[in-house]
Amino acid sequence: MVAADAGTESVLAIEAIPGATGAAPSRRTGLGALFWVCAGWVALMALLAILAGVLPLKAPNFQDYSAVNVGPSVHHLLGTDDLGRDLLARIIYGSRVSLVIGFAPVAIGLAVGGSLGLLAGYRGGVADSLLNALSFVILAFPALLAIMVIERFWQPISLLKLIVLFAIVAAPQLFRVMRATTLSYAGREFVVAARATGATTRRILLRELLPNTLPAAASFALIGVAIAIVLEGALAFLGLSVSLPTSSLGNIINAGVNNDNLTLNPYIALWPSLYIFLLLTALNLMADRLRSYFDIREVKL
Amino acid sequence: MIRYVGTRLLQLVVICFLISVAAFLLVHLLPGDPTLAILGPNDTPSARATLLKQLGLNHSLVVQYWTWVKNIFHGNLGVSFLTKQTVSNALSVAVPIDLELVIVSQVIALVVAVPLALVAALRPNKAFDRVATTTTFGFLSLPTFVAGPLLVLLFAVELHAVPATGFVRLSQSFGSNLKSVILPSVTLAIGSIAVYYRLLRADLISTLQEDFVTMARAKGLSTPYIMLRHVLRPSSFSLLAGAGISIGTLFTGAFVVEVLFQLPGIGYQLVQAIYARDYLVVQGMALVAAVAFVVVNFGVDFLLTLLDPRVRRG
Repeated sequence: MVAADAGTESVLAIEAIPGATGAAPSRRTGLGALFWVCAGWVALMALLAILAGVLPLKAPNFQDYSAVNVGPSVHHLLGTDDLGRDLLARIIYGSRVSLVIGFAPVAIGLAVGGSLGLLAGYRGGVADSLLNALSFVILAFPALLAIMVIERFWQPISLLKLIVLFAIVAAPQLFRVMRATTLSYAGREFVVAARATGATTRRILLRELLPNTLPAAASFALIGVAIAIVLEGALAFLGLSVSLPTSSLGNIINAGVNNDNLTLNPYIALWPSLYIFLLLTALNLMADRLRSYFDIREVKL
Repeated sequence: MIRYVGTRLLQLVVICFLISVAAFLLVHLLPGDPTLAILGPNDTPSARATLLKQLGLNHSLVVQYWTWVKNIFHGNLGVSFLTKQTVSNALSVAVPIDLELVIVSQVIALVVAVPLALVAALRPNKAFDRVATTTTFGFLSLPTFVAGPLLVLLFAVELHAVPATGFVRLSQSFGSNLKSVILPSVTLAIGSIAVYYRLLRADLISTLQEDFVTMARAKGLSTPYIMLRHVLRPSSFSLLAGAGISIGTLFTGAFVVEVLFQLPGIGYQLVQAIYARDYLVVQGMALVAAVAFVVVNFGVDFLLTLLDPRVRRG
């Protein structure tokens, strides 16, 4: 077992251990209200981030020196920071980075890694072995370390560069999940039957295998989003994410810890911490529900 | 068995080689010239040329890599141009701190997670289990950069129980050393607690269904005795696998925690070196950290194979 990096990819691999999740609820109960509440929460956060420019928010970098470190009030719903900047606006604008870094690389990784995994798992052969070895090598390197070093020497850090780096980390993991699930289905009767009836490879991959392997990949992708958000947060906390003054949630928490701010105005660190906690909980719960609903337990990474 | 270990060792050597190449290339291929950072305002073409020669940067990449690796085997990882300290010297300061952090945090995690899981698994889905399971699920969503500031706020700022930052060596004072590592260790332990608890609970619940447990009950053995002597051991494989996996979490966590609490471990020194473009330090520390990561993973895998022969065949 090779744990990739840095962060919670641990969680990803752990859940792949049979029986790691609790008792699987019956299929009849559906995904459950909790799943949809969580999905709604993530959607709401995404909507806030997208509409940040349209919403009646204060400018995230405007420094109002007449209102430094004020608590939550009607004028500033979540208060202001030590430079008089509105915290609500900063968090919503900051969440843009977290959400884009969370979803975009995983989507790319799912598209690239997932389709390669599907193909490699079904076809096998030399290409499969090579891709498999490559994914192990990438996963053997601690991702946070690699990303930190690369981006520091690859200045200036842009959102696009971060997305590329994160996608390189995400793709091998999703490749492994997709490949393992495909392997477990490739020998089953319905696939053999489809081949016997003369179905094309393309049809077998898309119509027979994909619908069966997608749930596992989707569940792992959700965990992947959580991992990416944590990784970006850690980078931002270390001051190595997108450069200031583009606020990112990790930057805001870091600013809330520095210069004695934790004593003077704990809200600066508290609000973004709460935001991240709720977002990660929603993602983890969704992944957990998907896993028990589709009874995904036998994936061996 | 020997064959298995041989294969894995060979893999380990290949991966370590690839890591060394990667660590070297990461620093050398990417744009950004270290001489600019060293020279600062004294940057003249002739000064640069002299410096490039001094640092051996005028040779080809292959030669540079070869020199670097050759020196590593002589225990020489180079000298920081910033502090003029040797990298091995810096490592001898950093590594004990990391070891202490990892050991203390894992002890805390096990001391909390194992009893919780033992009690929760006895009555699954009852009140205690629900509270414990929900709480630890929440722990999964508390990354170190969120948990750390919260703990500082509570225990250092509000309660003044421990200092917020700074490190006191174990050799200087045991009490102060403990005080300086306790918050960082708890911060690191939070994620591990969640992982260990979830794995152990699930395994315990399935072990409790086994016939030999019913047998032990029928013999009239007490519940604590059965849990500790009959159930815990066969349920701890996933826990060990989890320990291997949580190395990754610890790795990221350690970086954040060291910066937050200003503990001069590998993470803290590496971040400083990256800022200063102190490339030999970055290269050396990245190599040591990555190799440690891979070797520990290998060790856990190996231990699992020794304990559970099924892994070998799988």
